[in-house]
Amino acid sequence: MRGLSGPRDCPMDLTLDHITHRYSGMPVLQDIDLQIPAGEILCIVGPSGCGKSTLLRLIGGLERPDEGAVRMAGAAPEGCLNPLTYVFQDFALLPWRTVEGNISLVLEDHGLGGRKGEEIIADVLARTRLSGFRKALPRQLSGGMKQRVAIARALAVNPAVMLLDEPLSALDAQTRELLMDDLVGLWTRQPFTGVYVTHNLAEAVRLGHRIAVLSRRPGRLREVIEVPRALEDRRAGDPELEALQERLWGLMRDEAMAADQELVDV
Amino acid sequence: MSEARVVPFRGGGFRPVAKRGAGLLVFVVLILLAEWGTRAGWIGNLTLPRPSDVALTLVDLWQSGRLWTHLVPSLTRLAVGGVMGISIGIAVGVAIGLFSHVRAGLVPLVAALFPIPKIALLPLFVIWFGIDEGSKYALIAFGTFTPTVVSTYGAVDNVDRTLIRMGQSFGLSWFSIVRKIVLPGALPGILSGLRVSIAIGIILLVAAEMLGAEYGIGAYILQAGSLYDLERLFAGVVILSALGVLTSWAIGLAEKRLLRWRS
Ligand SMILES: Nc1ncnc2c1ncn2[C@@H]1O[C@H](COP(=O)(O)OP(=O)(O)OP(=O)(O)O)[C@@H](O)[C@H]1O
Ligand SMILES: [Mg+2]
Repeated sequence: MRGLSGPRDCPMDLTLDHITHRYSGMPVLQDIDLQIPAGEILCIVGPSGCGKSTLLRLIGGLERPDEGAVRMAGAAPEGCLNPLTYVFQDFALLPWRTVEGNISLVLEDHGLGGRKGEEIIADVLARTRLSGFRKALPRQLSGGMKQRVAIARALAVNPAVMLLDEPLSALDAQTRELLMDDLVGLWTRQPFTGVYVTHNLAEAVRLGHRIAVLSRRPGRLREVIEVPRALEDRRAGDPELEALQERLWGLMRDEAMAADQELVDV
Repeated sequence: MSEARVVPFRGGGFRPVAKRGAGLLVFVVLILLAEWGTRAGWIGNLTLPRPSDVALTLVDLWQSGRLWTHLVPSLTRLAVGGVMGISIGIAVGVAIGLFSHVRAGLVPLVAALFPIPKIALLPLFVIWFGIDEGSKYALIAFGTFTPTVVSTYGAVDNVDRTLIRMGQSFGLSWFSIVRKIVLPGALPGILSGLRVSIAIGIILLVAAEMLGAEYGIGAYILQAGSLYDLERLFAGVVILSALGVLTSWAIGLAEKRLLRWRS
């Protein structure tokens, strides 16, 4: 039975071991040491240009760190086709494929083109409430739906870890709210391990079990904060969460201001 | 308090809209003007033939069957040469787009070949491939090859990198990425490059036929020109234009069918 990636049967932990990375000599990330236990969503926040996206690319193996390493411990869940799976800010859907075509794209290489693939597609479309849009082309969908297709595509490979790079940043505030609810719903029904990069502190306190705060470039780990409530019990306007968000902003404020004044010359 | 005024509209424009029949109208007006001028006498009959006479010449060509004796060899040459040049051009262009070594090796060569007027090489092709069809095929193939290569590797370069990254991040094989992401993404650029390539192919076809062919639209035009038979010359030109319009329409149709995903 696929699709049972809970913390118990999916014991894949990620460890970032002293990661340092430079772009043409310019240090972007410095000595990042971080644990990402299975079944937990870790949010990464930090001022713009501090290397959040770079860190995510390093975690997913799209780039090689200059120093240090990302380690996976434990086995991927059963039926996992792609242990480390991304959800991109700009959706990255193939405009010439329909919704189901975009999902089958990531199944075809695993010989899941036929009925088995059909089942997976139907399952993930139902979980993202997209069953009625199987044959639609990306240009016919709203931004929120496109991102749900991208999330469905990521779920289709039954990943051990989801890597989300500002998945809601291209969307308007209302759609963002709805999609956050969707993500919480997906997680509560089937907990997954996630690394969620964002610059939006409200998203971070809503979706993260822990929040890692990076300093401005070169990004160092400033603090890792535990968020007290269970995901499904968090409400907008919760004073405890508001206070936490305030505290995060206090941590980031000066860094963000300084980062804003910097020239990027690379 | 002055009277409230409507905010003047200043958007609009800069966005092509399909205006059906406008192109046809321009043709019709120009032809009617020529007809009128040649009949009224303010266009001399050595300046321009009468459009109705050109039409009669065309009808005669059709009825006598000589249209086909000229058109069939021309179309064959265009098809054979064009298919060779375009298919090799697409293959080389994709290879340049995908492999850095091929790019480094071939881009300077293509840049050197591109500006050569290919017709200047016809004598060479005659020596290499013979005076008959071979040299004509080669000329058209070579002439369509270079623009196709340039537009194809440009199209491959323009494929959205984030889509390729996405493919890699899902662990798709190299071959899948090329087939399912790079090639479909490059298709719009390749198709619009084809328009240019085919037009160049037609130009070279006529040039080659003028330099040595018994039958063919080019030969027909050349004969008419040397006799100063303007009606026949223009009939030939009309056939060429029709060929151009037809191929451009065919590509437009292919674009409509293959690129339906673009709004
Ligand atoms: N491929 C690259 N080559 C060179 N420099 C890069 C590359 N990618 C990122 N950088 C630089 O590294 C730094 C960190 O970039 P990164 O995109 O990881 O930051 P970020 O935290 O995601 O920023 P944002 O909040 O704007 O998304 C930036 O200064 C950026 O200019
Ligand atoms: Mg980023």
